[in-house]
Amino acid sequence: MATEIDPIHQFQIFKIVDLGTPGGIELAFTNSAAFMFGIVALVFFFLTFATRGRTLVPSRLQSLAEMSYEFVASNIRSTAGNEGMKFFPLVFSLFIFVLVANFVGMIPYAFTVTSHLVVTAALAVLVIGTVIVYGFIRHGTHFLHLFVPSGVPAFLLPFMVVIEVISFLSRPISLSLRLFANMLAGHIAMKVFAGFIVMMTAGGAVGWLGAVLPLTMVVALTALEFLVAFLQAYVFAVLTCIYLNDALHPGH
Amino acid sequence: MSETLGPAIIVVASTETAQATPHAGGAAVADGVVIAVPPGEAHGSSFPPFDVTTFPSQLIWLVIAFAALYLLMSRIALPRIANILEERHDRIADDLEEAGKMRAESEAAAKAYEAALSSARGKAHGIATETRDKLSAEAEASRKALEAGLADKLSTAEAQIASTKTAAMANVRGIAVDAAGTIVSTLIGTAPASQAVEAAVDQAIEN
Repeated sequence: MATEIDPIHQFQIFKIVDLGTPGGIELAFTNSAAFMFGIVALVFFFLTFATRGRTLVPSRLQSLAEMSYEFVASNIRSTAGNEGMKFFPLVFSLFIFVLVANFVGMIPYAFTVTSHLVVTAALAVLVIGTVIVYGFIRHGTHFLHLFVPSGVPAFLLPFMVVIEVISFLSRPISLSLRLFANMLAGHIAMKVFAGFIVMMTAGGAVGWLGAVLPLTMVVALTALEFLVAFLQAYVFAVLTCIYLNDALHPGH
Repeated sequence: MSETLGPAIIVVASTETAQATPHAGGAAVADGVVIAVPPGEAHGSSFPPFDVTTFPSQLIWLVIAFAALYLLMSRIALPRIANILEERHDRIADDLEEAGKMRAESEAAAKAYEAALSSARGKAHGIATETRDKLSAEAEASRKALEAGLADKLSTAEAQIASTKTAAMANVRGIAVDAAGTIVSTLIGTAPASQAVEAAVDQAIEN
């Protein structure tokens, strides 16, 4: 019974295939990796299956696939302009990966890939890395104008540059922590309230009555978590677009 | 970077649980919540997201999985959807264009019909006017011819009357001369000179 109400257990990573420790680093095919590939397969097969008809008047599944496409495309166009469409596959992959990972995590007993900081941090580093690399390739040193706001008095400029650099460096941190913390906290809260139900029902008839309260909470939290699952994927995609816009158009 | 950051976080995160839960596993009470660590699954830390030993494998598989996703999306799935959307867009544009063309055609046809109708109407009017003019001209001509004929006949009749009249008058004189000569001869027994009789008759006629 004790393991049933351990709120941390759901984040446990266990090895499916141990690959030993080459170079002193533990390597293994884990449940996390299995879910990652599951997500990729799910996304790919859904999109290709939904569009198999290539019909002029879309079926329900096809319009869902088209909606996800148009949703990401319109986000990019509204934040980074038409030029931003060259990053469309990247933003779409990020959005759909985070979205499906979050939703798959809502399935009972499923593992939430995005509840691990290393995963969200890697995705955030990918975004910021793309911004920096593309920014320098496209604009050269002019990209550094990103850190020099125009129209600022000379004596304030050093402080402004420092602040801009700090704000730029905090972007990947906030991007990764936001997603990680939301998924982690939401899943823990759900599990804790679900644990209350189990604990209270163990206390007889009064406990059964009292368990209604945490049950209501769990139901409400589940709805909230579905919202958060979508919202965090959306926020991740929108912020990615905004950061990529900086790479496309540095300077304020 | 993660090697220096990771353990520091683990210490903070695991202080309350590390004391309470021995690595052997089992259940222990910490802050009133039952926390259990399954034996063998805890890699030195009881909080999985901060367990540095799982980072390399997570990262490697994430890179592989995400690269696969990116390739599948950018090479296959997204062009496919873009193709469908573009096709629909083109089709709608084509249909609109065709509809516009057809509308223009129907408008042109309506205009042509109007023109034909008005020209036919004008032609009909012309024919009617022409016919009326012709008929009235014919009627006029026949009327004139009739009048001329009548006038002709009238004048011949008048001439005939006049000649008849003069002839009659001439006869009257002859008859009168004859009658006067006869009367005179009957009265006096001798035939008067014809010239004298004629002169007397002429004088009587003039009176």
